[in-house]
Amino acid sequence: MKDGDTLPESPQRVLPAIEGPSAFFWTSGADGRLRFLCCSTCSYFVHPPTSYCPNCGGRDVAPRVVGGRGTVYSFTVNHQPWDGSADSYIIGVVEMDEQDGLRLMTNIVDVAPDAMRIGLRVEVVFEDHAPIHLPVFRPVAL
Amino acid sequence: MTDAERRAVISGIGQSQVGRRLGRDALDLTIDAALAAIADARLTVAEIDGLATYPGGVSDFAGFSGPGSPEVHDALRLSLTWHSGGAEGPGQLQAVVNAVMAVSMGLARHVLVYRTVTESTAQGNGRRSGIGVGSGQVDGSQQWLIPFRAYSAANWLALYAQRHFHEFGTTPEQMAQIALNARRNAALNPPAGFRTPLTLDDYLDSRMVSSPFRLYDCDVPVDGSTALVVSAAEHAAGVDHPVAQVEAVGTALRGRPSWEQWPDLTTMPARTSAAHMWSRSELRPGDVDIAELYDGFSWLTMSWLEALGFCGHGESGPFIEGGTRIALDGELPLNTNGGQLSGGRLHGYGYLHEAVLQLRGEAGARQVAGRPEVAVVSNGGGPISGCMLLTRLA
Repeated sequence: MKDGDTLPESPQRVLPAIEGPSAFFWTSGADGRLRFLCCSTCSYFVHPPTSYCPNCGGRDVAPRVVGGRGTVYSFTVNHQPWDGSADSYIIGVVEMDEQDGLRLMTNIVDVAPDAMRIGLRVEVVFEDHAPIHLPVFRPVAL
Repeated sequence: MTDAERRAVISGIGQSQVGRRLGRDALDLTIDAALAAIADARLTVAEIDGLATYPGGVSDFAGFSGPGSPEVHDALRLSLTWHSGGAEGPGQLQAVVNAVMAVSMGLARHVLVYRTVTESTAQGNGRRSGIGVGSGQVDGSQQWLIPFRAYSAANWLALYAQRHFHEFGTTPEQMAQIALNARRNAALNPPAGFRTPLTLDDYLDSRMVSSPFRLYDCDVPVDGSTALVVSAAEHAAGVDHPVAQVEAVGTALRGRPSWEQWPDLTTMPARTSAAHMWSRSELRPGDVDIAELYDGFSWLTMSWLEALGFCGHGESGPFIEGGTRIALDGELPLNTNGGQLSGGRLHGYGYLHEAVLQLRGEAGARQVAGRPEVAVVSNGGGPISGCMLLTRLA
């Protein structure tokens, strides 16, 4: 995505703490790029972030930029006003292109609920809560 | 008889008043249930030497935890050789499993186990709130869920159900059978919270909560306490009614203990809990007479049916189609008291109570015919997962 191409702040969010090993993940979008922790030995992405590679046992891990594209593995359209907001919204699980099973729960935006489907190709876009940049996903432009 | 489970029996059960917005104190309800269970086990309070509960005293989610074990311990002036309360383990059933282990090891002889909820009174007249709503920030495993407004297990498990629908063609009409069956059975269970008839049209017309979950796919908060006494097996001879023997427990969680990182969202860790349980018994799914399977959301029950091997992976939709197979007079009577969908969310322990009643032949108008001998009970969804096989000991 292009610099400055960010979504307006959504007032309902409960935001993550930005301390510890996950801080880089939540602040990564400041430069418009999504990063996951990656094993320096075997290049396996470790998510959620921990200082142990479950693939090779390595202890040397560091954030690595990913392309930001993935596929919707599953989704739900939420209608219940849990946080007092009556708008419906889409929660999805997105699998990143870089690695089988490298996934996160997120929101799918810029798509009508009726048009949502599993298998939809999506790309990251960041919602600005500086210093947090929340990674949500929208359909890849054709 | 080498398995630890079989050194323990459920010698008594008890339940408090159960209902919506009772306005009663959680400890008060717990004492009602505990005294009933102790009397049913033909014991006195002074003979209780063990105490276990789930999730223990935690205060961050209204009405969820009930009193911690020290409160019950002190209120009843118990004299304990073993006690335990906590939330990390094989689902809500962990307190029962812990009690079975304590009895098997000889750490205690009669363990009082309880689970108390006052979620309905805590909710009051407002709507059900989401987890984490109103908190300043979230960390730990919740940071991967709550910032995306995925505030509820309804959201997390809807993602599982949707994937199941996608891969296997599961339909809302099939999933509805879990809710409709529960309501039919609740009609025969006076304490159940929701007993008015429910039709498929009512179900399909109900509002969507988090697709594909509609209102009637979600269980209903209530107030109530369930208690049981887990005793050394020898005590079975000391009571004048049949008791339930713990044939096998399933405590495994093989794989990532995460809502969203579990690799195949058409299944749950339930698969591993169930396989573990069957590995500890010579009984097989075909031997089960009644199934009391967690229905916090209707899809959970479908997933447990698959996990336990009553049908194949992805086949629970056709298995429950039309509802006859899971009815009280069907080949696998399911959630015979109305489950949590129509009976109320006693958070796992209503199934235990009902399984024991059915095995004892004391389930009244909803008693399954043919003197059921084997019951399976499951609790939980996602990484909260445990199950248990009970048999009738004459």
